[in-house]
Parts: sequence; C-alpha cells; structure tokens
Amino acid sequence: MNTLNIFFSETYKILFLLIPVLVTVAMIVWLDRRVWAFVQKRRGPNVVGPFGLLQSLADALKYIFKEIIIPASSNKVIFIIAPIITMTLALVAWAVIPFSETLVLADINVGILYLFAISSLGVYGIIMGGWASNSKYPFLGAIRSAAQMVSYEVSIGVIIINVLLCVGSLNLNDIVLAQQNIWFIIPLFPMFIIFFISALAETNRPPFDLPEAEAELVAGYQTEYSGMMYAMFWLGEYANILLMCAMGSILFLGGWLPPADIELFSLIPSPFWLVFKILLLFILFALVKAIVPRYRYDQLMKLGWKIFLPFSLIWVVLTAGYLLYFNLLPVQI
Amino acid sequence: MIAHAIFFYLFSFIAIISAIMVTAARNTVHSVFFLILDFISISCLFIMIGAEFLGMIMLIVYVGAVAVLFLFVVMMLNVAQQKNQWFSSVKSSSHIPIGLLVSLVIFVELIVVVGGWKYKPDLLNSSTILIDKNISNTHSLGNVLYTDYVHLFQLSGMILLVAMIGAIVLTFRERLGVKKQSYIRQISRERKDGVQLVNVPNNKGVKIDV
Repeated sequence: MNTLNIFFSETYKILFLLIPVLVTVAMIVWLDRRVWAFVQKRRGPNVVGPFGLLQSLADALKYIFKEIIIPASSNKVIFIIAPIITMTLALVAWAVIPFSETLVLADINVGILYLFAISSLGVYGIIMGGWASNSKYPFLGAIRSAAQMVSYEVSIGVIIINVLLCVGSLNLNDIVLAQQNIWFIIPLFPMFIIFFISALAETNRPPFDLPEAEAELVAGYQTEYSGMMYAMFWLGEYANILLMCAMGSILFLGGWLPPADIELFSLIPSPFWLVFKILLLFILFALVKAIVPRYRYDQLMKLGWKIFLPFSLIWVVLTAGYLLYFNLLPVQI
Repeated sequence: MIAHAIFFYLFSFIAIISAIMVTAARNTVHSVFFLILDFISISCLFIMIGAEFLGMIMLIVYVGAVAVLFLFVVMMLNVAQQKNQWFSSVKSSSHIPIGLLVSLVIFVELIVVVGGWKYKPDLLNSSTILIDKNISNTHSLGNVLYTDYVHLFQLSGMILLVAMIGAIVLTFRERLGVKKQSYIRQISRERKDGVQLVNVPNNKGVKIDV
C-alpha cells in the first residue's frame, strides 16, 4: 500500500511538471512566430484567441484530425518509434531541472551529466526518422544532423567542464547556488556565447537548420511524416529548445536565483525567475532565427571543430590555471 | 526493496534479450539499435548499483557518440540489405569456431570472477583503497584517478591520442584539384588585386596577361 502511495504521489508530481512544460511549449511556438514576424514587420498569428495566443491549440487540433500516412516502403516500427523517442527524451530531461532549492523532481548527484546525456540521445529520433522513411531527402537530413549534433555536443561538453571547474559539483542545485555572488555569465562570458551558438546547432535551429533546409532537402528528416507524428517531432524540437534555454540559464544566468539580493526581488518566487530567464534566452533564439542567414555545411563543421573546440579547450586551461593560482578551487585537495 | 528487484530484473532482462537480438537480427541497422538498447539498460544497471557517474558516462560516450558513428557507418555503407546467412553457407560458417573460442574465453573469465567472489567474499575489503560512503561517486573516482593512478590515466590518454592520429593517417588522402575557400584570402582581397584599368587604343585591342 505504501509503495502504491509513493507511486501515485510521484505520478502527481510528474504531471504537475509535465503539463506546464507542454503548455509552455505550445505557447513558445506562438511566441517564436510572433517574434519572427515582428522582426520582419509582419503581424504573425493574431487571429485565434487574444493576440493569437490560441493559435498553437488550433494547429494541434488540425494535426490531430489529419491522417497519419506511413510510407509503404518505410521501416514501420522504427518510423513510428522515431517521433516518440524525440518527444520522450525532450520531456524526460525536465526531471532534473531545479525550479527552486526544493522544487525539483529528482535532485540527483550527476544532474548536469544526465542533462548532457539526454540531450546527446536526442539525435536518435532524427536518425531513426530519417533512415526509416527510406527516402532520399530524409536520409540526407538525418546524416547531416547526426554529424552536426555530435560535433557541437563536444564543445558543449567542454563548456560544461568550464562551469564545473568553478562549481566543484555535478548537482544542478549546487551549480545554481555557486552563482549567488556572481553569475557565471560575467567571468565566463565567451563560454556563454559559444554555448548559445552550440545550443542553436544542437537543436537544429537557424542558422544551423541544415537537417531541414527547405531549399535543399524539402523538410529534411520530417519529409515523410504527417499528422500527429509530425506534430510530435515539432513539439519535441521546441521542448528541446526550451531545455537548452533552461540549461543555459542554470549554467550561466544563475538558474532560479534573483538578479540581486534585494528585498523586492525576493518577493517573486524563484520558479518565476527561472521561467523568466528561459523566456529571455528563447527570445534571443527566436531573434537569431529571423536575423541570421543559413550556414553552409562545410562552414558549420569548420566552426564547430576548428574554432569552438580549440577555443573552449584553451578556456578550460585558463579557468583551471586561474582558479589554481589564486587558490579559488571549490574543492580543496 | 521489491521495486529494486523488479527494476533490476527488468533492466537485465532487456539487456540480455537485446544482446541476443544484436546477433540474431536480420537487418544490420536493427542490430545497431538493439546494441544501443543494450547500452542503455546496462547504464541503468550501473545507476542502480550506485555507480551513477559510470552509468552517465556510458550513456554519453557509448550511446551519445560511439553508437551514433556506428549507426552512421552502417547506414552509409548500406549493409542493411544484406541478408544474414551466417549458418546457411559453408564459406561464412568458418567464423563459427573463432566465435566459439572467443565466447569460451569470456565464459571462463566470468566463471573465474564470479567463482572468486563466491569463495572469497571479503576480497573487496582487501583492496587498499578505502571507500568513503559520504562523498559522492564522482568525487571519489576523481580522488583515485588523479592521484594514485595518474600515470595510468595519462597513458590511456596517450594511447587514445595515438589511435586517433593513426586512424586519421590511415584514412586521409589528399585529393588534387579540389577548390577550397579561404576566409582570409577572401577578406584580404583588395580592389587592385582584382581590377585593372586599361586604356585601350583604337583598332589595336589589348593583350591581358593573367
């Protein structure tokens, strides 16, 4: 009976986390389109509901009632599993995100490694979808995205090492609490820039959206998908973007901490600060989409391997040297 | 405790089944997917015994990087269409004795390890390294890796580096006649490098030396 109670209370907690995340994902799709339209002096979706807020809901309804077409020559099992994997992985990672000191589903010791592992698994949904479609464009898109995501993961890993050197723990709450005096964006500003750009590449956002470059590959790995399965890819992608924004705000922007230790700021509960920072980063994501043209593939690879990786490695040496010389290492040997 | 046992048997069951399916699947790409499933369930088992760092590193390195490249190669070479004719043809069944030999060696090794553990249960405690239960997994791993075993650690890094350079040297071939873009050349190009103003005399034309 006790086990059952724990089971139900955990399920309740998970739902309490997942439903807001899903609603937020639907909302940021709208926000993304609005920001995009704003930059291009258009109006964007503004018809359904107040300010067009319910546009995503209308889109979701449309997707639900559309027919799911499974190509005859596709590998059916993998074709169906692929969007499910993308969606699940994007949602599973939220388990370790701390919204306040106590408000976290799983406060595990290796939280940042878990986040990194889950985000590196995200590539499977795309490869599986591209391969199982058994068609040229999806396959090319999948191959491109596999190479791209693996490349940029490496520099994200090195950037995480930079932050961990300053924290001395892999726990996400410890990382947030280590930023009480100063957010890591100030001492590690170049790393924040590289993290932001790598996050764009990792989530296949413009200017690095080569896996789904419309002009070359129709819709990349999503070409053969339709109806709700396409919508799941889409939602998974946006949930991944939100996750990357959450990761960025925890690593560099102080997570759920208010910007300064002022009485007025502490009136606002800490989850709101995290959400506020995530939204801020997301608006940056959306602005980049509207402003920057797409990279060419060899330029993308060159940027990842020849510029970002050496630069962040040098920064690891610099950070470690600085911390050691001034005896600031968080864990004393 | 019951939940622990349930999850242990669940993950080990998935691990064993998928390990069998890696060899039994007819489609090569399916084999790789089963291999990935195997890696994931093994890392879940690692996490269950408290080796959370090892489990996560397993996920990141093997599933997130190695298996992706593996999958990449298998898909690119298009070996998926090859039918598994392991036992049917006489020629290819010459692999079987070698396979049996390897699996025999692994089996004997497992027997030795499990047997040793069974007959000398205090073997773990005879290790010179003290395990401190209060500090986290990652911390204690770092404590031994960068102090007592730092030379072995560096040596394994060197071996990996040599292997990487070897792989690049073996596969690298310089192709002639490939046009490449260089940012520096493009940016540093000036007007006088590209444009030449010529006064052309009437009825004579001009000879341009390139």
